[in-house]
Amino acid sequence: MTEPLVRPKRKDPLRKTRQPLYPQLIRSRTAHGLTAAAAQGRFELQTCLECKTIFYPPRDACPKCLSARVPFVPVDNNGTLLAETTIRTSTDPYFRERTPWRTGLTKLDCGPVVLSHIHGDVREGERVRLDLKLDKGGAPVMIALPEKDTPNMADDPHLREMTCDPKFRRVLITDGRTEVGQAMAEAFSKAGATIVFVGIADPWKPFPGQDRLRQIERVEIVPLDVTDTESITEQAEQNGGRIDIIVNTAEHVRGGGIMQRRGLTVAREEMDVRYFGLMRLAQAFGPGLRARGADGVNSSAAFVNLLSVHALMNWPAYGAYSAAEAACQSAAQCLRAELRPGGVKVMNVFFGPLETEWFQTVPPPKVTPAALAKAVVQALQRGLEDVFVGDIAEDIRARLAVNPKALERELTE
Amino acid sequence: MASDLLAFARGLSQGAIRIVDLTQTLTQDFPTIQLPPEFGQCAPFRLEEVSRYDERGPAWYWNNISVGEHCGTHFDAPIHWISGKDLPNNAVDTIDPANFIAPASVVDCSKECAADPDFTLTIPFVETWEKQNGGIAAGDWVLLRSDWSKKPYAEYAGLRSDGAHTPGPDAAVVKWLVEERDVHGFGTETIGTDHGQGHHFNPPFPAHFYMHGKGRYGLQCLTNLDLLPPKGAVIVSAPLKIKNGSGSPLRVLALVEASP
Repeated sequence: MTEPLVRPKRKDPLRKTRQPLYPQLIRSRTAHGLTAAAAQGRFELQTCLECKTIFYPPRDACPKCLSARVPFVPVDNNGTLLAETTIRTSTDPYFRERTPWRTGLTKLDCGPVVLSHIHGDVREGERVRLDLKLDKGGAPVMIALPEKDTPNMADDPHLREMTCDPKFRRVLITDGRTEVGQAMAEAFSKAGATIVFVGIADPWKPFPGQDRLRQIERVEIVPLDVTDTESITEQAEQNGGRIDIIVNTAEHVRGGGIMQRRGLTVAREEMDVRYFGLMRLAQAFGPGLRARGADGVNSSAAFVNLLSVHALMNWPAYGAYSAAEAACQSAAQCLRAELRPGGVKVMNVFFGPLETEWFQTVPPPKVTPAALAKAVVQALQRGLEDVFVGDIAEDIRARLAVNPKALERELTE
Repeated sequence: MASDLLAFARGLSQGAIRIVDLTQTLTQDFPTIQLPPEFGQCAPFRLEEVSRYDERGPAWYWNNISVGEHCGTHFDAPIHWISGKDLPNNAVDTIDPANFIAPASVVDCSKECAADPDFTLTIPFVETWEKQNGGIAAGDWVLLRSDWSKKPYAEYAGLRSDGAHTPGPDAAVVKWLVEERDVHGFGTETIGTDHGQGHHFNPPFPAHFYMHGKGRYGLQCLTNLDLLPPKGAVIVSAPLKIKNGSGSPLRVLALVEASP
């Protein structure tokens, strides 16, 4: 059974903070099929379309029939741990600091034998589930998990290296004025975050839900306005050194396209709140996050972007909004590259219309703020990078994968 | 005349004339007027550092600022309101600069406002004030002293679910000030020249409607009105010369004769 994590003690201010390291693993272009699956939390291996052989590690051709038609497809992840070993020394600086480290060979029911990390609750000869994860460096790796969930299994130190579990971490929700921000605060509090900082802009403006927000356990209201560089800088100076997860809930949703809007006032607000807001947060909090990626149990872990799925394909009814979201999606890719050396994940969470006032005229299905918050917490617990929440987001993802041009036309109809 | 002007300058340098700064600092967190969110909004004051003796500019510090015309302590030109849209010289760049210096009558309503955030200035109230302080002269700014500038921001904005609760004039008194007293303009400490509930008045936003309809001016978000005498202060309030501008943040100064 996994030893439950205890709340980390206060840091010894005389000790040097360890610099983040990550496993040096370079994957081939083909092997990034694993990256794509791991980023979204799917278990996929290459499967030969000719002879149906499932194989691992990734190759450009089927090892049995030499066919080049070998896409990654979801496969059964159950298997048996054939053998295990404990590595006690390593020349790799990342593993050197973390030995002993157990690895094992799993024979998957679907065929391949896989060498992987193994969870502390797994023993040789037992049935296991293989999971695809992104390691500290963002590379896809596998870990053998117990067949059935065990108590405190998320607290396993190897597994926690691959996830961004909010438990005992300090979280900043950037905007608590919105329903989404409030749902997030509640979800992170429930998930065991040590402190949930919640940013409030213009505190002189009352907002619905503020009394409830203040009552949530471990919530600490802080002044923060993503459109104000000084406010963000001050907050980063104040609390940046102890924030492990940032969830940017600042939103700006207005209907209307590019041409029909009169002037740029709303578009500027949109870009200011969303794109420049993200940039301000990245500049103020990013360096601190990157520096604290190996800072013990409550190391920095993730920057979460909440993005409309229409960042990926413009929805002309909300066309200018979609464009601003697309800017954020692009910026997030850049931030991901910038934070990777710190072992900090940038998680993009895509969703369709929300069950909020600004999507009032849009018919269902819509995503409730509570469902979105739950999905964000779960995705962090799993260590994902790209998350699609709700039917619309899933649908757009699927259609985008098949024929982006068709989707572009369909969204105008 | 020249000697008078120099005497004035001497008065300033020797302290016979005091300068009272009626301006709030232009800062990011000062409340701005709030409209229903589906309307266009006045941009709040924002500041981005361009360089500060660093790699972006080694020997100099400067900022880029952005701000709506009606943010912080600001001036309202007649063109701001639909009632003044067709008047000649109605924008900040075309107003005769002679209008940027004018005397003030300061109507102290601070006690009444402290007791009632919805305090409404009426004709009888001003008539009583005139009996005590002398009549409001043609060409005077009328400044409503509410001490509102001393309040914390939440109380200052006074926002509740039924709108803002901040003091201001009723419709009759504004019309009367313009038509019967021929005033220069109307100034307040609150976010706007109008009452917090002014959109329910008839006409809505009467201070804007009547003042600007007759080519008069507005000043709002003033401070330090408690340092002014009821009569005798001279207000210097020159807005930025924005092309066809409807108003502008500005520095408002009051010249006051030092008490002997």
